Amino acid sequence: MRSMKRDRRRALYISYFFLVLFAVFFLTPPLYMLLTSLKSSAEIAAADNPWFVHSPTLENYTALLGSQQYLTFFRNSAVVSVIVVALSMLISVPAAFALSRMKFWGSATLAMGVFLTYLIPETLLFIPLFKIFAFINETFDIQLMNNWWVLIIVYPTLTVPFCTWIMIGYFASIPKELDEAALIDGASYFQILTQIFIPVALPGIIAATIFAFTVSWADFLYPMAFTTSADQLVLPAGIVTTLIKGDVYAWGQIMTACLLGALPPLLIYAFLMDYYIAGLTAGATKG
Amino acid sequence: MTSIAPGVRIAARRPGSLRRLAQRRSVIAFLMTLPLIVLIGALVVYPALYSINLAMLNKSLEHFVGFGNFQFLFTRETFWMVVKQSCIFAISAVIFKALVGFCVAHFVHNVPARKQRKWRGMLLVPWVIPPAISTLGWFWLFDPSYSAFNWIFRQVGLSNVNWLGDPYWARFSVILVNVWYGAPFFLIMYLAALKSVPEQLYEAAAIDGANWWQTIWYVTLPMMRNIISITVLFSLIVTFANFDIVRILTAGGPIDQTHIFATWAFLQSIGGGDLALGASVSLFMFPILAIAAYFILRDISRRGNQA
Amino acid sequence: MAQVTLRQLVKKYDDVPAVRGINLDIPDKEFVVLVGPSGCGKTTTLRMIAGVEDITDGEVLIGGDLVNDLPPKDRDIAMVFQNYALYPHMTAFENMSFGLRLKRVAREEIERRVRSAAEILDIVKLLDRKPKQLSGGQRQRVAMGRAIVRDPKVFLFDEPLSNLDAKLRVQMRIEIKKVHKKVRTTTIYVTHDQVEAMTLADRVVVMNGGLIEQVGAPNDLYHAPATKFVASFIGSPAMNFLQCQLDETAGALRIKLGEQLSLPVPPERTGRYKPHVGKARLVFGLRPEHIIEQRPHLEPGQHPFEVKLEVIEPMGLETLVYFVVGGTEVCGRVAPNAVGRDGERMKLVADMNHMHLLDDASGAVL
Repeated sequence: MRSMKRDRRRALYISYFFLVLFAVFFLTPPLYMLLTSLKSSAEIAAADNPWFVHSPTLENYTALLGSQQYLTFFRNSAVVSVIVVALSMLISVPAAFALSRMKFWGSATLAMGVFLTYLIPETLLFIPLFKIFAFINETFDIQLMNNWWVLIIVYPTLTVPFCTWIMIGYFASIPKELDEAALIDGASYFQILTQIFIPVALPGIIAATIFAFTVSWADFLYPMAFTTSADQLVLPAGIVTTLIKGDVYAWGQIMTACLLGALPPLLIYAFLMDYYIAGLTAGATKG
Repeated sequence: MTSIAPGVRIAARRPGSLRRLAQRRSVIAFLMTLPLIVLIGALVVYPALYSINLAMLNKSLEHFVGFGNFQFLFTRETFWMVVKQSCIFAISAVIFKALVGFCVAHFVHNVPARKQRKWRGMLLVPWVIPPAISTLGWFWLFDPSYSAFNWIFRQVGLSNVNWLGDPYWARFSVILVNVWYGAPFFLIMYLAALKSVPEQLYEAAAIDGANWWQTIWYVTLPMMRNIISITVLFSLIVTFANFDIVRILTAGGPIDQTHIFATWAFLQSIGGGDLALGASVSLFMFPILAIAAYFILRDISRRGNQA
Repeated sequence: MAQVTLRQLVKKYDDVPAVRGINLDIPDKEFVVLVGPSGCGKTTTLRMIAGVEDITDGEVLIGGDLVNDLPPKDRDIAMVFQNYALYPHMTAFENMSFGLRLKRVAREEIERRVRSAAEILDIVKLLDRKPKQLSGGQRQRVAMGRAIVRDPKVFLFDEPLSNLDAKLRVQMRIEIKKVHKKVRTTTIYVTHDQVEAMTLADRVVVMNGGLIEQVGAPNDLYHAPATKFVASFIGSPAMNFLQCQLDETAGALRIKLGEQLSLPVPPERTGRYKPHVGKARLVFGLRPEHIIEQRPHLEPGQHPFEVKLEVIEPMGLETLVYFVVGGTEVCGRVAPNAVGRDGERMKLVADMNHMHLLDDASGAVL
């Protein structure tokens, strides 16, 4: 009979072995991006050992941070993401409150409907939306095409359903007696939401905000479909379309652009990792 | 309401205000959900329905052609390749993602609790980086001339791999990147689910003499059925409708061998100016997604009733 | 004036009745306890009075005013919940003052009222803590403080002590009684624990299946239960019930239990029970505390008998003895040093002055 302790230790060593393996697998691309970003074009072209930086240089970084175009991408992404996050929370928090607490006619179907919108992906919607925006362009002369404003209109469709779902889960875990005590204390429904639910469900709100930000920052299809000129592009689409000119790939710059572009979500993740993960799991376990 | 005895004062409100109060609450609740309803109605439901209409128009969107676009697609070999590739791509990617997520979750779970956070942090990184950006990184790693992977292969005597140029390797690369990106999601979900399995069940299994795979098969998996169903459903939908990875890695090539619904639809509509054809291609995703959703939702609710 | 009146109060969930018509008059300043088993409708009744549950039919009057259509905040009530329902993100002070802050009461007034309530409950030092920094008993006090601060017409308690451990429960029971003496507000208290009901109430309302079985002072319910349900619910260990026959011999009534035992009915009750002689389905009821050990001097009405003990349970202060009569297990309470071992025969005394005769068909006490 093998002792449980020896079994445990063997399992531990095996686990560490595979964990290191997978960590290498998962972290290699970003690491390689970092390595490349520190190389000059000459060194990249020399095709020496690519896993090592022989003469590190910051020329890529200075070039990008000085590039008006790149900074425009960054600015566009930042503005769009912040506005979309605010919009998403304004829409989803009251909706989640109403759906989880105030039973009204059709609330169950609506909650299921919110869940089902995920069955209709952006890859199905971008074509009709394209036509709709073009139509609005011609008829009402509102410049929706090729304008980063249009992203503020469509991004909430990506963020609001899941944010609502997260918030419903968090709100549902608040005991009903708290509502009743507040009703007896004299609070209106709006006061119950703002003075009690939001503070108590704050971790959920933070998680939903992080999720909304990450999705807005990372979206690629809608910008590729709706925005074309360089000053309207947001980051991921911008890097792909402008920095890859014809046959000449300035890989050092591209990788630097990528790294810098991935920085905001990575930073948020580094500082708020627990909320990030809570948001992910809340959708499934509480919903 | 029974008749009120004389001398009893009715406090403040008029009778019938109970109904008004109930209405008020419904009205407030409805108003709170109105933005949500408007958003989904105008930007999801309406365009979805409109796409059905679009799919039945001709290229210049002036004439109604009924099922003409669909008939045209059925005759195109590329279309059937897209269908096949989308299915293979989605199903195999999801299977691998789930497997990797499941195994790595076990490994993380075996590590002492304090260290788990560190490992979790490292292993979730792929999911945090915007997929378009990380795919660019992979694109660079797969570059035909400068691939860092090929450099390693050459060092150990193996020959170069044409990651993106050879049809089979290209498909492999696309799936690989998708698994790389999506496995951490499964990892986090399954790790949370693993933690919720009562320790006592494992102890009972150990006393009963189960070895490690028997424990997984008879104890762990049944407890995690629900979360596995939910994650697989979500992932199937998201993977099936994926655009970023293929677009950046291969743009559908070589020779259309890696095209999936999203990229091919994009090519037809935005690239080729044929919105109607693009819409018909996109629409094909929907029935498959709906069928998958139906089966898995039915599975969940059935098991929910049993629980 | 804060009397509470319930008239034909009914609550139905879809078509399932939870409360089937409650009539109750509670005068000002009285401490009334609604007691009964789970599902008897006591909590539902309380919640209808509070206004957090809709009324299907009937009337609720507080202080003479019909409040059916009023929301909870306008009924001038305060409620203490089983799970305290304290706002987790607020300090004890903020929890207690929340209602006043919503009404925009002046800050000095809020300070004054919260502090005086805190002093009554001895929680002044805890005012700056958040609920998760408080123990169960402390949280309950803060919940009570929140109620006191509102200075309502009626206090409503929904099983407030159920979540506390046994020792704490006894302490808090005393606290609640002290607070009621100080604050003198009409109180309606719901519990399933008949000990709490007996010790706290001015009057006890025993409920069962959505209806009131009996209303009365604790002692009245103990000595003169009106139905079998009340007789079995009040008192622990529960009253003994035995199928019996009522015989008359030469003008004196006797209770016949099985083949072995026949006990004389006290003469004062002959008139009351005579009409039921020979009736079928009669039940004899006697509390365990009225089955005692043999004594040198017996009072009139105390009748000795001998049985074989099945089980004895030494409780320290007394010993519970279990024996079988006519196929039914019976419990008696005897002095600890009077008993030998189970399996032995023992002489016991039944105090027939405290006997009850019940009609099993109707459940009524005769």
